[in-house]
Amino acid sequence: MRQPLIELVEKPFLKSKTPEFHVGDTVDVLCRIVEGEKERIQNFNGTVIARRGAGMNKHFTVRRIVGSEGVERMFMLHSPNVVDVKVRRRGKVRRAKLYYLRYRIGKARKVRELRIHHKKVSAKPELAAAS
Amino acid sequence: MIPALIGTKIGMTQILGERGRAIPVTVVQAGPCVVLQVRTKETDGYDAVQIAFGDVKPHRSTRPMIGHAAKAGTGPKRTVREIRLNEAAKLAAGDVLTVEQFDGGSVAYVDVTGTTKGAGFAGVMKRHGFGGKEASHGVERKHRSAGSIGGDAPGATGRGVKKGKRMAGQMGHVRCTATNLSLVSVDRDSDVMLIRGSVPGPSGSVVVVQQAKKKGGC
Repeated sequence: MRQPLIELVEKPFLKSKTPEFHVGDTVDVLCRIVEGEKERIQNFNGTVIARRGAGMNKHFTVRRIVGSEGVERMFMLHSPNVVDVKVRRRGKVRRAKLYYLRYRIGKARKVRELRIHHKKVSAKPELAAAS
Repeated sequence: MIPALIGTKIGMTQILGERGRAIPVTVVQAGPCVVLQVRTKETDGYDAVQIAFGDVKPHRSTRPMIGHAAKAGTGPKRTVREIRLNEAAKLAAGDVLTVEQFDGGSVAYVDVTGTTKGAGFAGVMKRHGFGGKEASHGVERKHRSAGSIGGDAPGATGRGVKKGKRMAGQMGHVRCTATNLSLVSVDRDSDVMLIRGSVPGPSGSVVVVQQAKKKGGC
């Protein structure tokens, strides 16, 4: 249960519009990095393997392979340093958490692409609204 | 008078600070509190104010409590606490205290007193962080025990088990004060205070918030 007073406290800090993406999507996370006085945007590209939390505590985890090493990074959805999340490829998944990808190697670690045909769009109204 | 209030711990969340840094905060809904009685050196031997928080239906209260509250011109209250002062209070019974006294940047740090979460009857490993015993090497049925608690004390050579020896027992559900917590913000409209970090007790429990005794000076 969410406390109404906690929601009141969080409200001014929440983003009015959060980027739309789902678990399994391949995304570019644009994050603001401040180095001294300079500011720049860094891109983190990978697969969304989990979304968790509520309110200010909403987080998502992005996994990618750097070299041959798996790298996971967790982002706070409402952080102002997460400028945008751009969906590069939709994933077809049947699970909310894709932790099994950690134990896959090679081609098996790919998430199948979700291809939306026009007929399917009408069958799934929430996806139609997203795209 | 030391700024002090009785309140309810609502729970924890995070807010954003400079450069988008997350600050962990506890939401405390404090006050308004009514002064029920002012204790003075002349009448009671010490200076203090008795403040009360939260209404309660008269039929759930007691007649002495209803009468006591009526002297201050209010109905019976759920929680009554006394705040000790160093000098005579400039308040009278019936005065209402709100989060206003913490507002305006005059108070930077607070002490929060509450009752910690109870953990029941706990063994020494959980309660005092003892190491326990080995899993193997001949240890039988004593993997989480404390070991020796003291030697034999024949005659008058001394005490066998020293007083205060840490043993298993009730853990938690004791009064506890978290000191020098920084006060992040105060909202007068909703009587909400945001206090950095954690505060003793479960969400929904009663806490007393006071200006920090050690930091900030008073």
